[in-house]
Amino acid sequence: MAVMEQDSAQAPARASLVNDPKVRGLFYQVLLIGTLIFFGYFIVSNTIANLERQNIASGWGFLDISAGFGTSQALVDYTESSSYGRAIFVGFLNTLFVAVVGIFFATIIGFIVGIARLSNNWVVRQISYWYVELVRNVPLLLQIFFWYFAVLRAVPDKRDKWSFGFENFHLNITGLYGPKPVWEPGSAFIGYALIIAIAATFFIAKWAKKRQDATGQQFPIFRTALGLIICLPVITYLMTGMPMYLEHPNFVEEGPILRRGFELGVGARLIPEFLALTAALAIYTAAFIAEIVRAGIQAVNHGQTEAAHALGLRNSPTLRLVIIPQAMRVIIPPLTSQYLNLTKNSSLAVAIAYPDLVSMGGTVLNQTGQAIEIIAIWMAVYLSLSLITSAFMNWYNQRMALVER
Amino acid sequence: MSTNSVFEVRTEEAPTLPAPVSTSGVIGWMRANLFSSIGNTVLTVIGVLIAYSLIAPLIQFALIDAVWTGDNREACLPQDGGHSGACWAYVEAYFPQFIYGRYPTEEIWRVNIVYFLFAALLVPLAMPSMPFKRTNALLFLVAFPIVAYFLLTGLVIGGTVILPIVETAVWGGLLVTLVIAVTGIVASLPLGIALALGRRSKMPVIKLVSIIFIEFWRGVPLITVLFMSSVMLPLFLPEGVTFDKLLRVLIGVTLFSAAYMAEVVRGGLQAIPKGQYEGAMALGLRFWPMMYLIILPQALKLVIPGIVNTFIGLFKDTTLVLIVGMFDLLGQIQSSFTDPTWSTPSQGHTGYLFAAIVFFVFCFGMSRYSIFMEKKLHTGHKR
Repeated sequence: MAVMEQDSAQAPARASLVNDPKVRGLFYQVLLIGTLIFFGYFIVSNTIANLERQNIASGWGFLDISAGFGTSQALVDYTESSSYGRAIFVGFLNTLFVAVVGIFFATIIGFIVGIARLSNNWVVRQISYWYVELVRNVPLLLQIFFWYFAVLRAVPDKRDKWSFGFENFHLNITGLYGPKPVWEPGSAFIGYALIIAIAATFFIAKWAKKRQDATGQQFPIFRTALGLIICLPVITYLMTGMPMYLEHPNFVEEGPILRRGFELGVGARLIPEFLALTAALAIYTAAFIAEIVRAGIQAVNHGQTEAAHALGLRNSPTLRLVIIPQAMRVIIPPLTSQYLNLTKNSSLAVAIAYPDLVSMGGTVLNQTGQAIEIIAIWMAVYLSLSLITSAFMNWYNQRMALVER
Repeated sequence: MSTNSVFEVRTEEAPTLPAPVSTSGVIGWMRANLFSSIGNTVLTVIGVLIAYSLIAPLIQFALIDAVWTGDNREACLPQDGGHSGACWAYVEAYFPQFIYGRYPTEEIWRVNIVYFLFAALLVPLAMPSMPFKRTNALLFLVAFPIVAYFLLTGLVIGGTVILPIVETAVWGGLLVTLVIAVTGIVASLPLGIALALGRRSKMPVIKLVSIIFIEFWRGVPLITVLFMSSVMLPLFLPEGVTFDKLLRVLIGVTLFSAAYMAEVVRGGLQAIPKGQYEGAMALGLRFWPMMYLIILPQALKLVIPGIVNTFIGLFKDTTLVLIVGMFDLLGQIQSSFTDPTWSTPSQGHTGYLFAAIVFFVFCFGMSRYSIFMEKKLHTGHKR
């Protein structure tokens, strides 16, 4: 009896190490680390050997070498003699540019279509339903090809144009032309005025909210803000002696046939690759945003609408003050991930030779053979964009999370 | 005794009158759904105009003006300077290429068997009412890939050629699209499950490695992954070891979709109540039997819609392989544009329209299936 008791009391101490969860966990983790180290060593040693054989010097020195190729769109100064590093930077800016414009239009279209999906009107409902289904179920690359090779090939050719917007904007196969603002010395004050107006609006909004919380009195904040942001820069513009004018594109209709068409470098121009890519990205992403918006609005309990109506709110304030703030809580997280998707999808630009990060990087890769460095740059850029986005998302989620009582 | 009552009492029920015309039938429906207010009427008119301006030219192009038969471009050239419609004769002539690529004609029966086996195993697997799910799934996920691999690439045992080798370079069209998409999903499923379990693991190293792996692949665009697998992968291998181009792309696609699959599976794992884990442990099951017998069957069933959605995304994304020089359906169509025999103004539009229809039919069908499964699996209360 005593012996047995002693046995069972000592049993845990003698239990096999194999069955100890801590030891097993440690063993698996060490095994994983070991495998990863071995795998990493295998890859690195092979790569070094392969690079030596192909006579490719690894390192970042190539970024300073002159690129020697041009680009159809550069937001900063760029010539053929600029460096490879500069070329990649130009591509990065172009990626950001197409992403920002695409996100802007995708949001607008997406919200309109998402709300239209819930319309009482059968025709509107059906159109938005089929828009979403058609666009979502066809590959984005095919849509980019459609816009670039089918739609933009149907516009007037180089020597012709199609004008709209009171003759201010022109479209032909070389792109979309419009007036370009030219800033003369002294125009910086307009910018300052705008910044001051925005700052003033911010503080007035804060003050108005405080006052409303304290006294219940409302302040016409929207009208004030609109007035400030429009009037202040306009007044400054007039006071400083109108230091800005619009430069219109110059369309040459006379003279030798080869000289006809839009004069280079006069007015603002958007290249057709940009137009096709933006249209495809905005319309494709808008279909996903529409579904997010619809789900977000439907996620708000119907009792909220009824309660708001019972409090005497009309339809419009109900939507603005009760439904949308609650729907946004559901909408924003998937919306940001759609924005991120749009940014990543803009890398398809390479298929129609829009000079984005992947396209420019690809050219550099072909010229220098620095595959590892270029792909590392690509991945670093896209990864940091996605990390920044998810950081924002976490911050927003914490701010907007339901405060439960 | 009869009483002269001032009350009139009906002795029979009044006949049931039909609802007013304005609230029932077609007119009632139109009043409620199309013309309930001035604003609504305006919206209806604008909507009809938009729909008409989009659909009418499409029907005109694809059906009315279309050319259905012909031997070469002559048939599809616009008559007397007008606009020509879709050149379906060109699609008909190129149809075998769009489906099989440049796969040798005498060996096409092998591809057909693979297509047939694929459909014959997938359809009963997808129908919830069919029996033998486990056998079926094993056949589809384990036996089918092996059979399909030998059928498609060829089989040589000890010098005797049983099935002639067909290089992957001549594969193309829908075949490549399906091979990449299906392999990507089937191969990424076990990897994704492992990563999802790893991300929920209590062991810090395993958890960290899983998180880094998942977030890395989810953070980069597929096109850079494809460039990486076609340019960088050969650098990683010892001298003399080369990979087939298709295999390189498949590795990239599998790693990429495994990260997305892991997040889908993780969602399913999180939806399983803690009691299931505790119950399994109370029965004395260890980690893997618990996962294999209790948790994963429930979790995977829950995430079928998610897996289908990932598959739709991957199926659409396979078009990107044309950028690294492979010929999937879209790439094959794109490359057929260089053929002077069929070069007409409407050739590009016809090719893209055909590709759009094929992709739409596949993806729309799959998304309907995913919605059907979602409804079937949804046992909660809906508003």
